[in-house]
Amino acid sequence: MTTIWASAKANSRTKTYKDYAKPLWQRTLMTTESAVILGLILVVAYASIAVNNFASDITLYYLLRDITPILIIALPMTLIILTGDIDLSVASILALSSVTFGMMVQGGWPVPLAIIGTLVVGLVCGAINGFLVTVVGLPSLAVTIGTMAAFRGIAQGLLGTTAITTFPEEWTNLTSMKIGSTGIPVLSILVLVLIIVFAVIMHFTPFGRGIFAIGLSKEAAEFSGVNVQRTKMILFLLAGLLSALAGIYLTLKTSTARAENGTGLELTVIAAVLLGGVSIFGGKGAMHGVIAGVFLIGTIESALRLANVTSDVSRIIVGTLLVLSVISPSILAWIRGRRRPASTPGTQTQAFLAKS
Amino acid sequence: MLFHTTGRRLGAAAAIAVTIALVASGCSGSSDPKSTDGASSGDSDLSITFLPKNLGNPYFDTSSKGGKAAVEELKGTFAEVGPSEAAPDSQVSYIQTAAQQGVSALVISANDPTAIGSALKEAMDAGTKVVTFDSDTDPQYRDLFVNQADAEGIAKVQVDMISDQIGDEGEIAILSAAANATNQNAWIELMKKDLEANHPNIKLVETVYGDDDDQMSFDKTAALLQTYPNLKGIVAPTTVGIASAARYLSTSDKKGKVAITGLGTPNQMRDYVEDGTVTEFALWNPEDLGYLAAFAGAALVDGTITGKEGDTFTAGKLGEFTVGADNTVLLGDPFKFNKDNIADFDF
Repeated sequence: MTTIWASAKANSRTKTYKDYAKPLWQRTLMTTESAVILGLILVVAYASIAVNNFASDITLYYLLRDITPILIIALPMTLIILTGDIDLSVASILALSSVTFGMMVQGGWPVPLAIIGTLVVGLVCGAINGFLVTVVGLPSLAVTIGTMAAFRGIAQGLLGTTAITTFPEEWTNLTSMKIGSTGIPVLSILVLVLIIVFAVIMHFTPFGRGIFAIGLSKEAAEFSGVNVQRTKMILFLLAGLLSALAGIYLTLKTSTARAENGTGLELTVIAAVLLGGVSIFGGKGAMHGVIAGVFLIGTIESALRLANVTSDVSRIIVGTLLVLSVISPSILAWIRGRRRPASTPGTQTQAFLAKS
Repeated sequence: MLFHTTGRRLGAAAAIAVTIALVASGCSGSSDPKSTDGASSGDSDLSITFLPKNLGNPYFDTSSKGGKAAVEELKGTFAEVGPSEAAPDSQVSYIQTAAQQGVSALVISANDPTAIGSALKEAMDAGTKVVTFDSDTDPQYRDLFVNQADAEGIAKVQVDMISDQIGDEGEIAILSAAANATNQNAWIELMKKDLEANHPNIKLVETVYGDDDDQMSFDKTAALLQTYPNLKGIVAPTTVGIASAARYLSTSDKKGKVAITGLGTPNQMRDYVEDGTVTEFALWNPEDLGYLAAFAGAALVDGTITGKEGDTFTAGKLGEFTVGADNTVLLGDPFKFNKDNIADFDF
């Protein structure tokens, strides 16, 4: 696998990538991820100067609370997109989890037990997706479009259009507790831990390298001993689990369990992941870019709202940004391709495999 | 390698440029809310934000017009924000924004009594006074509710109108919504009591239910007129029912002979008032409702009232109001619409 990696990263297979690597500063700074982070810094700086009331702890507080579900779901979504798959059912799993969590609490379950029960529901949803993708062998896009409708349908069937709105106050208060006098919610610590865990899995473990390898070339990964099916299964299970966690969070934050919770959230998550530099074709991306992408979308929306820009205009701006971020690599590849063919990592790997 | 690097650099530069351009153009367009809302800003720091169920709704356009007039009288800053769709939690981000902007008072018609509760509670913690109007939340999530009308007022105005229109004697019928509609049934009970006590010559012959369905209400009206040839009036305490009844009557030979009144909106009833089918009907005046809600918000901000029962404040041209039970202020008797004033309303 190391050899594949070397060939994918550098343009030679006779020497290791380190021999051909650019200087460290170039490798760290001249990346899409750095561009997103720089973009985020510039947006924050600009908004702090130009938008009244933006630079305040309450803005930070709302921002962190609003993006928490997006951040949580973006973690497994990043890994799934890295393998070249997608999961469109995450927001529906969130809704179903929200409803089941609400019903468990209403039915007298202690909250910790209801949380465990809800996480199991999320795992089951993830297992259904994973089964259909890995065992049955259907494309993840088709599977999760189906389960997206099915899971929300079940949620609506369970609760109808009503809502469960009574939750123990000590639990709902947990979502609004701040660290001292800062605007940082206490639960952000938990999210930070999750981010670190996922970043380590993604960048520093064989499992993570396997994920990248699957995205670059499924066949090559398989040849190199990566258990593709098991990896995919684990990723869909993780997506189910964390979507359920986001569902519990959202339910407690709004004190409302309802089947409409998180409508459209899957698109926001995917938008943030792609904006963060993860390639929709798989195999390329970094966790710090995704986190910056989530914050960038959240900050732009928050700043536009504060500037009294209507939600329609704000949606157009974020949408345009997303489209540009998704198509700009293709345009650049096309420009490069006109001058020098076969320069994308994927084609390099395939060329390497063909020769070896 | 060279092209690869250049490409990345280009990509990075392009991404940054786009981000800046978008945000800059987005913000510069309306970074000063005061100028875009066209409201007057005086010396005081009073800022009131109206958050209707959704924007582009004529009813709330009218209430915001009243709110804006009130805020201008108070020399404060007025703003109106809101979602395009009236979904349960679509107002949350606007509530948060109001709290971030530190507006003095938020006047909101709640899309859901609980879904926006925690956001409202946070806004109150941040120092924003919360006034609900038109549609209330659970009482714990707001400082004050400005109620458009109470059951007694609604029942009384309808009895008064029908007795005026038929000369205080003869047979009448009621065309209601669903048979189990709680508010409708409460009004009907109060109307029956009022008729018995104060209008002995009026006889209520039947109460029928159109289920707030246009065709069913239309058919029930036809049936009533056939069953009771001496019927002199129909009271429809539902906006769907009164419009359907008026539509049937306008093409029938009983037009002008049978009176129709009840609760309706000016836009639905305009044609029938102008062609003489309907003399007078009632609802509340959303413009006054918005006006009162803005004054109530201002009174909370300057400390004239805290929202507890018995507090009194003055609301400009509408006069003095007293806070009632459950931290509620009542606008007053329903507003009667007729040929003379219907042209002034568009909702």
